[in-house]
Amino acid sequence: MTVATDPDTRFASYAHPERLVSTDWLAANLGTPGLVVVESDEDVLLYETGHIEGAVKIDWHTDLNDPVERDYVDGAGFAKLLGSKGITRDTTVVIYGDKNNWWAAYALWVFSLFGHEDVRLLDGGRAKWEAEGRTYTTDKESAPQVEYPVVERNDGSIRAFRDDVLTHLGNPLIDVRSPEEYTGERTTAPAYPEEGALRAGHIPSAQNVPWAKAVAEDFGFKSLDELNAIYRDGAGLKDGDNVIAYCRIGERSSHTWFALTHLLGFEGVRNYDGSWTEWGSLVGVPIVKGAEAGAVPAK
Amino acid sequence: MSGALPDNLAQIREDFHELELRDRLQLLLEFSNELPELPERYVDHPDLLERVEECQSPVFMFVEVDEHKIVHLFVTAPKEAPTTRGFASILVQGLAGLTVEEVLDIPDDFPQDLGLTEAVSPLRVRGMTALLGRAKRQVREKTAA
Repeated sequence: MTVATDPDTRFASYAHPERLVSTDWLAANLGTPGLVVVESDEDVLLYETGHIEGAVKIDWHTDLNDPVERDYVDGAGFAKLLGSKGITRDTTVVIYGDKNNWWAAYALWVFSLFGHEDVRLLDGGRAKWEAEGRTYTTDKESAPQVEYPVVERNDGSIRAFRDDVLTHLGNPLIDVRSPEEYTGERTTAPAYPEEGALRAGHIPSAQNVPWAKAVAEDFGFKSLDELNAIYRDGAGLKDGDNVIAYCRIGERSSHTWFALTHLLGFEGVRNYDGSWTEWGSLVGVPIVKGAEAGAVPAK
Repeated sequence: MSGALPDNLAQIREDFHELELRDRLQLLLEFSNELPELPERYVDHPDLLERVEECQSPVFMFVEVDEHKIVHLFVTAPKEAPTTRGFASILVQGLAGLTVEEVLDIPDDFPQDLGLTEAVSPLRVRGMTALLGRAKRQVREKTAA
C-alpha cells in the first residue's frame, strides 16, 4: 500500500476494508503523492461536465475494451493507458463513478485482471459525493506520463468464460440482473438498449440477486450484516463456495463480484463477463425461463 | 427517397468529421449544454411526452408538426446523462425548420455516420438512432390523418 488505508470504522467489519475509501478520506487525501483518482462512468461525457479535482478518466468502452475483439485490452494496451494517466505499478488507485459505481467496479475488476495491487473504490461514488455537497471541477484532465510495466492479463482466477460456466454448473451462480431479465420477460435491463441476445431467461440454477441490493440508501455499500442476510441467508452462499456472477455484459456483476470478494471475503469468485449477451445467444446451452432457478442440467 | 442530408445535419456531420476523436467529444459536450429547456406547455404535462426506452437514461421526447408542415422536436434528458443530451441536441438543432418530408428523408443510419462511433462507442450511438426513429414515427403518426 503506497497510501495509508482509510481507518473508517464503518468498513472495519468487511473482509478487505482496505478496498474502500470514504468520501471524507478522499477529500482529505486528494493530492497525496502516490494516489491517483480515476473516474469511470457509464456516460462517456460525464467526467467532462465536472469531476473530482485531479481525477483522470478511464472509459470502460473506449479505454478498457479492445476495439476489435470482444475482450479487454492486452498487457501492452493496459500499460500504455495507465502510463498516460500517471499511474505506475505502485500507485494507489481510487476509482469512483456514476450509477452507484457500476463502471467503477468494472474498471476495478479489469485492473485486478492485470494484478494491479492497490486499487480501491470510493464508497458511494459520484452520487454520495454530490449528496454531501462536495465540489467538482471542469479542469481538463492532466496527468504526467509515467511508465507502467507490460503485465499480461491473468484471466484464470477472477474471470469466467462460457466453458468455465458449463463446467461450473452445480456450484452457485448469482444472476445480478433485474427480475424481468432473469425470468425472461426481456433480454435487456429496463430502459436499456437492446444489446443482442437471442434468447431470454437465466442460466439453470442461478439465484437472482439484483446487484443494487448491495447498495445502501446513502449510495454506499450496505453493512456486513445486511450483505450476509442477502447473499448467505437469501441466496444460500456458504463459506468455501465457488461462485460465478453474471449479468448482461459483466458490468453489474463486477459490482457484485466486488461485494462478494472484498466485503464478504469469498475466495475465487469469478465474473462471467460474456454474461447474458453471450449465453443468451450460444447454441446448445441450457436456459431456464421463469422465476424458478431451475435444476442443474445433467452433463 | 433518402440520401442527401438537410443542410443543418450535413453541417453538423462535417463539423464532427473535421475534428480529432478527443475534440469530437468536446463538441458533443457543447451540443449537450445547448439542449433547450422544454417549453412551458410540456413542463407541466409530462404525460404528453414519450419515453425513449432505448436510451440509458430517462429521456422524454415530443414532436409537433405545425400548420406549415414544419417539424418541431422537443427532448429532455437529465444532466447526469450528457451524452444523451448531446445526441438529443444534435437532432433538435439538425431538425430545426425541416418539413415533414425532409425529416422522414433523413437516413436512419445518420447517427452512425456522424463520426462519433469511435469516440463514444457504437453501443452508445444506438440511443441516438432510437431517438431519430421515434421522432420519425411520431411525425408519421401526426401527419397520417
